[in-house]
Amino acid sequence: MTDTYTQLVSSGPARSLAKKLGLPQPVALRRYEPGQPLVTGPVVVQGSTAGADKLAAELLSWNLDVRRHAVPAEKLGAIILVLDELEHPADLEKPVLAAAASLRDLRPGGRVITVSHPASEASSPASAAARQGVDGFLRSLAKELRAGATGNGVLLADGLPPTSPSSLGAIRFFLSGRSAFVDGQFLTVSSEHGELPGDPEKPLAGKVAVVTGAARGIGAQIARTLHRDGATLVLVDIPAAGDQLAAVANGVRATALQLDISAADAGQRILDHAVQRHGRLDIVVHNAGITRDKLLANMDQARWSSVININIAAQLRINEALLASEHFRSSPRIVSVASTSGIAGNRGQTNYAASKAGVMGMVHATAPLLAARGGTINAVAPGFIETEMTARIPFAVREVARRLNSLQQGGLPSDVAETIAFLASDAAGGINGEVLRVCGQNLVGA
Amino acid sequence: MSIDGQSVPGPGAAAQGTTVPATRRAVIVGGNRIPFARAGGAYAKSSNQDMLTAALDGLIARFGLQDERIGQVAAGAVLKHSRDFNLTREAVLGSALSAETPVYDLQQACATGLETVVGLANKIKLGQIDSAISGGVDSASDAPVVVSEGLREIILDLNRAKTLPQRLQILSRLRPKDLAPLAPGTSEPRTGLSMGEHQALTTAQWKITREAQDELALNSHRNLGAAFDSGFFDDLMTPYRGLTRDANLRADTSMEKLASLKPVFGRNLGADATMTAGNSTPLTDGASTVLLASEEWADARDLPKLAAVVDAEAAAVDFVHGKDGLLMAPVFAVPRLLARHNLTLADIDYFEIHEAFAATVLSTLAAWEDDEFGRTRLGLDGAFGSIDRSRLNVNGSSLAAGHPFAATGGRIVATLAKMLHAKGNSNGRPARGLVSVCAAGGQGVVAILESL
Repeated sequence: MTDTYTQLVSSGPARSLAKKLGLPQPVALRRYEPGQPLVTGPVVVQGSTAGADKLAAELLSWNLDVRRHAVPAEKLGAIILVLDELEHPADLEKPVLAAAASLRDLRPGGRVITVSHPASEASSPASAAARQGVDGFLRSLAKELRAGATGNGVLLADGLPPTSPSSLGAIRFFLSGRSAFVDGQFLTVSSEHGELPGDPEKPLAGKVAVVTGAARGIGAQIARTLHRDGATLVLVDIPAAGDQLAAVANGVRATALQLDISAADAGQRILDHAVQRHGRLDIVVHNAGITRDKLLANMDQARWSSVININIAAQLRINEALLASEHFRSSPRIVSVASTSGIAGNRGQTNYAASKAGVMGMVHATAPLLAARGGTINAVAPGFIETEMTARIPFAVREVARRLNSLQQGGLPSDVAETIAFLASDAAGGINGEVLRVCGQNLVGA
Repeated sequence: MSIDGQSVPGPGAAAQGTTVPATRRAVIVGGNRIPFARAGGAYAKSSNQDMLTAALDGLIARFGLQDERIGQVAAGAVLKHSRDFNLTREAVLGSALSAETPVYDLQQACATGLETVVGLANKIKLGQIDSAISGGVDSASDAPVVVSEGLREIILDLNRAKTLPQRLQILSRLRPKDLAPLAPGTSEPRTGLSMGEHQALTTAQWKITREAQDELALNSHRNLGAAFDSGFFDDLMTPYRGLTRDANLRADTSMEKLASLKPVFGRNLGADATMTAGNSTPLTDGASTVLLASEEWADARDLPKLAAVVDAEAAAVDFVHGKDGLLMAPVFAVPRLLARHNLTLADIDYFEIHEAFAATVLSTLAAWEDDEFGRTRLGLDGAFGSIDRSRLNVNGSSLAAGHPFAATGGRIVATLAKMLHAKGNSNGRPARGLVSVCAAGGQGVVAILESL
């Protein structure tokens, strides 16, 4: 699973050789560790609106080194472009060119974040053009950034200021090492809900979370990340994976529940276990999933139905039980694992892509039901992640697949887990019905 | 709930003077075992310590006991290496439990597992401990192999010798036959007969037919297979080394297949030999654990309470002089235990009679149904009684699951506790279960569990 090429070209003669030959130059990404500073240097807040002023003041209260104008030659941790009052595409020029002047001062692992409103809610064609312009601007800029720097955007529903709780939550997430492999993405904040955690190192303290498919790979890492963030865990996997599940559970002080999520009563059994053993249920992470790849011409009933059943039908059934329960009413959170295959499609994965696109459809349609309970449902769509599963891809194919993104490397299970932990936290309470890609801005499916 | 350190409770009422504590309930919270493997199979390279640790870790994960200081853990193995004198303590140290958990090893042949349940439950009832894990493990694959008695004496003498001539003189005693290792056997030291040969005598005495034995074996396989299919073991078992079901299980076996097997025990009886590999338990590897607690301890941790350990009784028979069959001790233990509680066989909802051999179960039932045996041996007015066979080993037993000697008691207790809890109260009383385990040396241990 180790990415030998990235290790090789990050220093010494191989580094300069790769540069001369124009080969990809991936760097080790800045990933979150407890105690780490939020950003690697000063944060410049570009933009002259009242929203920009308030956001700068808020960031100052986080003890960040905040600038309203870049100081020449000063190395920067992040550039935030507050574009919350765009009326015409011409309004982009000033803040964008101001940011351009400091781009070369961005430290490795730096961040560019835009804060704007969605075009769909614009009041005039010119305003919509300006708002949509941010989309193309940011996605292109993200592809220009190097040395592990990323660019992402926060989209605020009209009426929400840049300092609304989940806007701050999203900015915090994008600034931090938790979003290392999230690049070129927008996250929409749709309500005033949510609050920043009292202790930023334990944002899930007091929460009881269920993770399905927790015995291995990304699921096991989700368990470790949620545990680190303070959650009490129930880990679910099929009985046949019980030994690996027990080992993960014993590492994170969780209880192990051996359960086939495709069983008719799976949702009720998850609820019963969480409530009886831990007194409550706050967070459900639908991670369990399978692949049974075959070209459609060779697809059989077993491969098709097992993928649909486990990857999406089981989630639908479990959600029904959760939504019917009186124990899932206190700001409940559901986070599902989708896939970029469900966005861009993937040869040999018609069944898998149908199921994962289905997850995104489900998330969108279930969002109002959770909003009615003060909760949220969101999905993450991982791109190329270094797991046992992707390690089995033939070398050449794997090497191409992992370089085809703006960060020129595969993500780690922890990158997916960090994003899930954020979406499950109180800070993301105003983010609902969203699909956030964790793909390093993969070139396919953009 | 665990605290750092091992704090001593402050002086309370007990400090006023020595008092005998009132007893309280000991409850079964749940259990965990690894699938049982046939000897030489999936666990051929696993030690007792490996398997017991795996069974413990699965239990810890199921009930969230990481870093918990359990009141006491007791487990044991029948086939035990001398280096494993602290087998259970070593397994606990290798598990996710607190290293401050005290432990003892116990060995009572095939009753080891049940006896650990009884002993620990008694400590809980007396208030000596609040929580306990009982267990048992056996590996017939990784069994100790011993050097001959001659070689052993020579090695020990060599160790004591001081000079080279002395050593050479001692070495000159070595003969080729001394170099042959001794494999472990299950023969009774006082009779030289294997357990199967002993049972063959009892089988003949009680005129147990081949067909009845095969039918019992068939039911055991069918019941265990159905239990697996229904997910009954999903919260009683954790896979190990690729096994997710008991390897001995043949859910698709039939009377025809069982009838085709040749007798392996009692072959000197000629045409009357009835005991085959199909209706006898095979040598097996495996481990099991049971979590026991006071009600307060379980409640404080929001843990389930499946059943209570009501009472237990041990018995032994004089098999050496042929007065009773080697495995017939439970025939005497059960009537004594039920009498103590004013119960009859009709008051029991589930019987878990360990299937050492199909004929062991059938001989036991035959003895209880025998008028003369009841009068002359049990001191009753007539036969002790018969049981409703639909209540016997309803989720399978050792013939299908296999029988890693010390692990069988834990398998039965956890299985029965779950069944009793599911049945719950009926007819104004809790569901009752009877466990009966026979053991080498003419011993037996039986116990009553009651649903909560």
